[in-house]
Amino acid sequence: MTKKIRNPKSQIPKLKYTLMTGNEAIGEAAVAAGCRLYAGYPITPQNELTAYMSKRMVEEGRVFIQSESELAAINMVFGASVAGARAMTSSSSPGISLKQEGISYLAGCELPAVIVNIMRGGPGLGNIAPAQSDYFQATRGGGHGDYRTIALAPSSVEEAVELTRLAFDLADKYRGPVLVIGDGILGQMMEPVKNSKFEIRNSKLLPKPWALTGAKGRKPNIIRSLYLKPGALEEFNKKLQRKYEEIKEKETRFEEALTRDAELIIVAYGTTSRIAKAAAQNLRKKNKKAGLIRPITLWPFPDKAIKEVAKNAKAFLVVEMSNGQMVEDVELAAKGRRPVHFYGRSGGGVPTPEEIEKEALKVMSSWFVDKKPRTTN
Amino acid sequence: MQTTRIICAGFGGQGIMTLGKVLATLGMKNGKSVSWMPSYGAEVRGGTAHSMVIISDSDIPSPVIDKADICIVMNKPSLDKFESRVKKGGTIILNSSLIESSVKRKDINAVKVPATEIASSLGNIKVANIVALGALVSKTKIVSKNKAISLLKEFFAEKKALLELNKKAFNEGIRI
Repeated sequence: MTKKIRNPKSQIPKLKYTLMTGNEAIGEAAVAAGCRLYAGYPITPQNELTAYMSKRMVEEGRVFIQSESELAAINMVFGASVAGARAMTSSSSPGISLKQEGISYLAGCELPAVIVNIMRGGPGLGNIAPAQSDYFQATRGGGHGDYRTIALAPSSVEEAVELTRLAFDLADKYRGPVLVIGDGILGQMMEPVKNSKFEIRNSKLLPKPWALTGAKGRKPNIIRSLYLKPGALEEFNKKLQRKYEEIKEKETRFEEALTRDAELIIVAYGTTSRIAKAAAQNLRKKNKKAGLIRPITLWPFPDKAIKEVAKNAKAFLVVEMSNGQMVEDVELAAKGRRPVHFYGRSGGGVPTPEEIEKEALKVMSSWFVDKKPRTTN
Repeated sequence: MQTTRIICAGFGGQGIMTLGKVLATLGMKNGKSVSWMPSYGAEVRGGTAHSMVIISDSDIPSPVIDKADICIVMNKPSLDKFESRVKKGGTIILNSSLIESSVKRKDINAVKVPATEIASSLGNIKVANIVALGALVSKTKIVSKNKAISLLKEFFAEKKALLELNKKAFNEGIRI
């Protein structure tokens, strides 16, 4: 049985689509996924998400808290998760840095949670313009300790809905924090979302026998990240690593376009990937064989896909709204077999398809200049 | 394959965001790809706010508009800011009630609409944006007049008085 979405924002109920900002869409997706607690502290460019939840969670009789700080928010999520409830928090770059301690504890305690980062320019307070400069933070664990977080990077408002719902499922399945990573454009822009994307699914949520629900009639559960007995922590960390290996195996997601005969593979994620895709299509019109790989999971990174296309492609061009972070993962995956070029904008600069095209042509034209061995400089 | 890029600009309270949303919704109802992107955050009171709308037959790469086909400017600071952002041969619709000066460029079409005066003669200054919408529909034919009216009907389905006012405002704009 499906329940029809009740969306107070929708002024045109007749349509199959609703025009929504990314922030609102992520909020509604969380509601549809059965999120029972949202805690957040305001920061641009994700404020509309907190504002949306302040209405919708209350309407649904669930918990909304505008916390006194980011630290409080992430620890409220921790508390809800310990009790077995689906919980989410959201913020933007500097706020996500503040939440890292909590995220590390969630990973150490193996607690599911969804954390949304609508990135802004950095470092420091930076600015509120779109950026992708938190890639390292999202894919290398982020906080202290030897852990990883699944990081999902939607490239459209509708995909933000799909991936937010997926984030809740993966968090429960693998018992750990899952990040949804977007930028200011994704959060702020409106695009149509199919109303059916918000249908409540009947499938039962995974049972959580580990949750702290009162120990009546059973042995007490213990949730902690402190292992003092010699060898115990190493054993636990190995268990975490086995889980991460399983995630790499089963949950790596990416999209490829025009890659089959491509000589140049552009690699980009999120908002940048849409722009890069347009660039690849324009290049094709000029008979230049360009293709695109778009990682949907930033961690686990689709390194097998990169290895696969490296067999036939001549080079990679990584495009990011940062000064070069994902480019390291592409280099690791390409393992020196193919040159990896980089083009980045940062601090709020958004590349145009024409800019990317120009960079791609620069790379491609160097292949035809001369056949003589080139001296290294 | 056609793509129309529209920038709506004015000061806070002129219905700039709403005007953009109405345009995007019209595109969506016509089965097009649409995006709407607001200026957000560090806008100052009395300054300009803007929204960018793209309506396209194909996927929209970036919702950010560099050069617009159509620009609707509702106040003077917006004209100063966006005149240079209109494509050669593009159209600029300006609220002549609040903008005394004219467009400097000769390579774009300028349409003057006394939107604020018309709205105020209709009894509500807030519908100036819908007057501008009427002018846009009449001058650019991005959607048919009837489709725009039927959308207004849906928007104001439960507010009959507002619907009449907005329909009047729209029709005044059409007449420009």
